[in-house]
Amino acid sequence: MEFLKNFFEKTKPYVQKGAKYHWLHSVHDGFFTFLYVPKTTAKTGAHIHDYIDLKRAMSIVVLALVPALLFGMYNVGYQHFIAIGELANTGFWDIFLYGLIKVLPVVIVSYGVGLGLEFVFAQIRGHEINEGFLVSGMLIPLIMPVETPLWMVAVATAFAVIFGKEVFGGTGMNIWNPALVARAFLFFAYPAQMSGNSVWVALDEGDRVIDGFTGATPMADLAAGTVDYSVVDAFFGFIPGSIGETSFVAIMLGALVLIVTGIGNWKIILSTFAGGLLMGLILNLFAVNTYMSTPFWHHMLLGGFAFGAVFMATDPVSAAQTGKGKWIYGLLIGILAILIRVINPAFPEGMMLAILLMNTFAPLIDHYVVQGHIKRRMKRAKISA
Amino acid sequence: MSEVIKLRKGLDIKLKGSAEKVLESLPAPAMVAIKPTDFPGLTPKMLIKQGQEVKAGDALFYDKYHPEVLFTAPIGGKLVSVNRGERRRILEVVIEAGPQAESLEFKKANPGKLSAEEVKDQLLKSGLWPFIRRRPYGIIASPQEQPKAIFVSTFDTSPLAPDYNFVIEGQLGTFQTGIDALAKLSGKNVYLGVSEKSVFTNINNADIVRFSGPHPAGNVGVQIHHVSPINKGEVVWTVNPQDVLIIGRLFETGKIDLTKVYALTGSEVEKPKYLQTLLGAPVSTVTDRRIKQTDYKQRIISGNVLTGKRIKAQEYIGFYDAQITVIPEGDEYEMLGWADPGINKFSSTKAFMSKLFPKKEYVISANLHGGDRAFVLTDQYRRVVPMDIMPVILLKAILANDIDKMEQLGLYEVIEEDFALCEYVCASKTKVQDILRTGINTMIKELG
Repeated sequence: MEFLKNFFEKTKPYVQKGAKYHWLHSVHDGFFTFLYVPKTTAKTGAHIHDYIDLKRAMSIVVLALVPALLFGMYNVGYQHFIAIGELANTGFWDIFLYGLIKVLPVVIVSYGVGLGLEFVFAQIRGHEINEGFLVSGMLIPLIMPVETPLWMVAVATAFAVIFGKEVFGGTGMNIWNPALVARAFLFFAYPAQMSGNSVWVALDEGDRVIDGFTGATPMADLAAGTVDYSVVDAFFGFIPGSIGETSFVAIMLGALVLIVTGIGNWKIILSTFAGGLLMGLILNLFAVNTYMSTPFWHHMLLGGFAFGAVFMATDPVSAAQTGKGKWIYGLLIGILAILIRVINPAFPEGMMLAILLMNTFAPLIDHYVVQGHIKRRMKRAKISA
Repeated sequence: MSEVIKLRKGLDIKLKGSAEKVLESLPAPAMVAIKPTDFPGLTPKMLIKQGQEVKAGDALFYDKYHPEVLFTAPIGGKLVSVNRGERRRILEVVIEAGPQAESLEFKKANPGKLSAEEVKDQLLKSGLWPFIRRRPYGIIASPQEQPKAIFVSTFDTSPLAPDYNFVIEGQLGTFQTGIDALAKLSGKNVYLGVSEKSVFTNINNADIVRFSGPHPAGNVGVQIHHVSPINKGEVVWTVNPQDVLIIGRLFETGKIDLTKVYALTGSEVEKPKYLQTLLGAPVSTVTDRRIKQTDYKQRIISGNVLTGKRIKAQEYIGFYDAQITVIPEGDEYEMLGWADPGINKFSSTKAFMSKLFPKKEYVISANLHGGDRAFVLTDQYRRVVPMDIMPVILLKAILANDIDKMEQLGLYEVIEEDFALCEYVCASKTKVQDILRTGINTMIKELG
């Protein structure tokens, strides 16, 4: 593999400032640093540095998303074959393959469009390629309904990268979670295509849906006043929903990876669940309709709650940054998500809006936490004086 | 002997190459140098000319803003060169040892029997005053100010640091004399930070405070924070343990004797051990023939790997340092390094397999292991700062040049060494120590 390194080293002068191929510098740098950790050494300050870098951190999040992705692929096939009444006659690999064929293009479009734009922006701004999109590019497909047209995925991804991130200055500067910006964009720009009962299950032309199959998500049913799911299915994820959000088990596997490696913040995950359970309990007390009387812990298994709590709320850039702030931030996400879900008739799912809302308020939460910290320090000064 | 202050936050970086407890005395160096660049914010004014003969203790230069603070010759001989850098800034003042080591005579007296003024005067004239530094800012103490306390940390928790129990054990009497002198200066407010197993617990005339925990528990700034935190308008002085010894020697013998023990450490050293030589000796006298012969580049550091200065073998050891560390430079590409399971990669995070082997020691080079990025992971710094200070928020206040916030968030309490671990753990490779010094310089400029 020496020749690769030699190739990149030899071509480096051609992409430097003023050279003929300078317009390719960020592409060159992106691929080079992907293949080889740079040889840069410490010039000032500490002489040694931790082996952790953003590439490592981001690839661990992607790894944590793999169970949800694989299960999502399987479930796409599973729901499809239920819909056409062929589940009993189809083998495991056929089910998975069907899902793979449906999901893979969404992933490719998301990464293709997003990374393409990242390269362009890195080029224009003259900085290195940011790794942030490695995660966003995987999150976006996982929170899309499987029947989202590919062009919509492309438009949403472009919107998220440009208006969700690059206008603020790139990874690390954004206010909202870019993947959720993509989802919210589609939700509000193309409501007809993004909700209802027909988008959650993949169907091909000429497929005949068996009698009684609606394709509705359990939450849409609940909002309409019917209960049509089993807890076991919801736990393992055999329910209609966005590609990666249905399986509680797969998401918890991801959570385990994030928490054990310390890349995801356990405080946020825990407090989000706590907030959700708390709000569910309160609603149970006043249960006046089907949705409100749903046992509070079912909410954790349904819709995007678990996925949002584990993979979206924990995005360190858009979350609260202070320790106490993280507890408050998570708790409010949980409370708001269930509140929006159950009380607001227009949105049977509240996780997306809850997280975006708290992303917006995270700096405010931090502000008050920091003010409290300063006040405590001032008090100390008075005591000793 | 009261309770132990237990610190949980922090990180011990397990490097290969800690010094074996063996002491070798080196022959007196032919040259020594005092480097004005070791003192942040100092503007030196030369007092003698090149070629002039000096005795040990003769003043070489002084501080433009505190003319009474003198810097003196560590040995008798001749001033051979004043090496200057950009804009004629003085980098090194080099003394060549003379045939007979002559030295100035200072007062030989028990500091307990002297007045505070006499002790101060003796330290200023002999050139030992610069060993006393002040917080805020970590600069040389001003002789005009009255500190609320003087702190000495008798143990160093930084990577591969020298063990002062070993270095000072046989000279506790002299150490006591030094502490007595400091007690005079501070009106008996001397605090001694000690580790759990310490030979310093019987020192008198000082409050002994025990600390336990990972690095930076041995940092004097962390100890001050937990015993007598610095609020606006307050000043605390700090002295390194071997420098207390040098001060003690001055009062016991009436001569300055800057003999110091240096730990030669790091994975690139053949046999890491302790070496005794003179402060300001050339690095080569310590490192020559003791570093591994390799076909890759090495980096010599005066000090430890977190806060030390990179230095060449023909340069001179730093004024406050008690350690020389040699590590691989690491200026090599690593293929797909970010995807490596990482059995041999020590990390503060749990994202590497090395976490499974908690006792292992590692070779770590000066490679950054990644590119500069915007700040992303928010919980890293807090885990390594055992103080009631929010490192990220404070650093952001410095970047925003918000002086009020810097003050409120605790800039008076920290210097580079206290945040050095933040720089080590940062996944975005942020230059934390540079940012902090920028903030401190702003404060000095704006508030004096």
